[in-house]
Amino acid sequence: MIRSHVLICGGTGCTSSGSAALREKLAEELKVKGLDEEVKIVQTGCFGLCALGPIMIVYPEGTFYSMVTPDDIPEIVEEHLLKGRIVDRLVYTDDASKTAAAESDVAAPASLNDTAFYKKQNRVALRNCGVINPESIDEYIAMDGYFALAKVLREMTPEQVIDTINASGLRGRGGGGFPTGRKWQFARASVSDKKYVVCNADEGDPGAFMDRSVLEGDPHALIEAMAIAAYAIGADEGWVYVRAEYPIAVKRLQIAIAQAREYGLLGKDIFGTGFNFDLNIRLGAGAFVCGEETALLTSIEGNRGEPRTRPPFPAVKGLWGQPTIVNNVETYANIAQIILKGADWFASMGTETSKGTKVFALGGKITNTGLVEIPMGTTLREVVEEIGGGVPNGKKFKAAQTGGPSGGCIPASLIDTPIDYDNLIKIGSMMGSGGLIVMDEDSCMVDIAKFFLEFTVDESCGKCAPCRIGTVRLLEILNKITDGNGELEDLDKLEELANYIKSASLCGLGQTAPNPVISTLRYFRDEYVSHIVDKKCPAGVCKKLLSYTIEEDKCKGCTLCARQCPAGAIIGKVKEVHVIDQAKCVKCGACIEKCKFGAIIKK
Amino acid sequence: MKSLEELMAIKAKMQDKVAVRHVEGSVRIVVGMATCGIAAGARPVLNAFVEGVTAAGLAESVSVTQTGCIGICQYEPVVEVYESGKEKVTYVKMTAEKAKEVVEKHIKGGTPVAEYTIGTANV
Repeated sequence: MIRSHVLICGGTGCTSSGSAALREKLAEELKVKGLDEEVKIVQTGCFGLCALGPIMIVYPEGTFYSMVTPDDIPEIVEEHLLKGRIVDRLVYTDDASKTAAAESDVAAPASLNDTAFYKKQNRVALRNCGVINPESIDEYIAMDGYFALAKVLREMTPEQVIDTINASGLRGRGGGGFPTGRKWQFARASVSDKKYVVCNADEGDPGAFMDRSVLEGDPHALIEAMAIAAYAIGADEGWVYVRAEYPIAVKRLQIAIAQAREYGLLGKDIFGTGFNFDLNIRLGAGAFVCGEETALLTSIEGNRGEPRTRPPFPAVKGLWGQPTIVNNVETYANIAQIILKGADWFASMGTETSKGTKVFALGGKITNTGLVEIPMGTTLREVVEEIGGGVPNGKKFKAAQTGGPSGGCIPASLIDTPIDYDNLIKIGSMMGSGGLIVMDEDSCMVDIAKFFLEFTVDESCGKCAPCRIGTVRLLEILNKITDGNGELEDLDKLEELANYIKSASLCGLGQTAPNPVISTLRYFRDEYVSHIVDKKCPAGVCKKLLSYTIEEDKCKGCTLCARQCPAGAIIGKVKEVHVIDQAKCVKCGACIEKCKFGAIIKK
Repeated sequence: MKSLEELMAIKAKMQDKVAVRHVEGSVRIVVGMATCGIAAGARPVLNAFVEGVTAAGLAESVSVTQTGCIGICQYEPVVEVYESGKEKVTYVKMTAEKAKEVVEKHIKGGTPVAEYTIGTANV
């Protein structure tokens, strides 16, 4: 008789922090204590609070343990699972959960739902992540899995399905924000005896991993949604294009597809309705451009991943020249819920033009790094300060970067902006796939622009000149500025070139590549000017503009810095004031870390 | 999968098995499982509650959890039943047999079994 479930995160984050060893140790310990018949271990997908992994949740109490090590297991088994005493020192708490515990009349366990991190979230796309065992189709079915497919096939016409998706207001979660229902409508209207549904799981934005989480935590949700999409547009074959760098996701998806085939939920005559559908997986080799839909289709066909001109759009002429829809993983993850709960339910969340919820990957200078799903229209302040736990080490919030290499920065002055597709575009950023990188006062905005541009220069496929050559020229100007050789007219050149690249590039990669430059120029022009006119980096990041000096009155002549310096740039005798030779200094900062008297300053 | 009925059968079979993960049960049965409780025989009591609640099809709304020592070790096994909006009921000197009766009369029937509660039990 099972009386307790122990859920251990098996997502990529927790796997790399050691959750597999945890699982083995727990199984062993349960056997020793004779509890293996009473306590069940469930491996789940990502809970979202990756910074605190490995994560473990014990039900029925719902106790949320974080940063658990195999050494903690005997105590958890002995105290919690055997004697019912929660191991307080391992429980994740924040201020909100402490308040909830104080107000509760019963001795409430420290539950996940009371923490600020989870309280403001509304999980639709991630609803099963961290709740079910992703390798069990039965657990997915227990959570109403495949009931949406049954409803669609048995009770709805393809047109009704498309109408429902249209009415829900769902827009593509991969970046562009194109209305999903309209895309399906176009593909439905294209006449052909062969059509395809494709899933874009080539998640390439640095820092974004919501698609991986869905694949790892709830793979059947994707399979079900693709089958629904296939029925709606009249396709019988689907392709999932997923990065080879996601081995756990690929494995779980393969298991899920095999289980669905075994249950007859993929294959011929599904639910006895005569509808046929099957799925294939294609592994991507990790080229960023393959996240662009036409390049992705070219890659599935076995060719080098390069975009082609649109129109014709894939809905008219896509994979192997046939009508095709390409949707992102997170978009698909919403479909079954919309069918089951109705378009009105979905449309009741979010803002006027952006319905539902969006998953964000929080990263950078923020306390709770991880995945959060929030209703559209939540303000950036709520995300950063409440859910994200604010900027650590008492530093000041400077800006947030959304949309990855295609997006832009939101400065602190706009922190109360409600996040949705149109607001983000209005302020010069974009939703993108949902990466959200927080920056504090120690981040240099010119350096950030450079970072993203280096990425796009590397990832440009080279097919069209504006992107291939233009981005390199942009980067050269940025390097000139951070090297201290910039001139004020470079700023105008940057803007002019950025606009040319935007308007002349073939695909989305090039069209959006200048965005980090344009938006940092718009909000942080003064930082560019400091680099050019004062030859200083205000945040102290750009090395060539820094100088390290020793304050004479503070230096005791201990020689520690001189011994540490890898370049032999520090000159001085014992008990005499030391001096840094600026010509030799490589600006590594090793001396500052060693100095016990605070005598070395960075400017 | 040829019919909706097959899908529903799998869901029905699985529902009890994942129900333990819904924290928002309206009723909570808490069994004292400290050293004193276990020594007095709390384990079979706990298991009897889990089995009884599942068999009654109440696993969705009733959670069975453990707790530490309540401080009245001479009355162990102690079981407390929390229902929202009601006074908690404390059962003492429980056995698996009594547990089945409590599930039947109190959890299903809504009437606490007075003779096993701390106020009236002959202890």
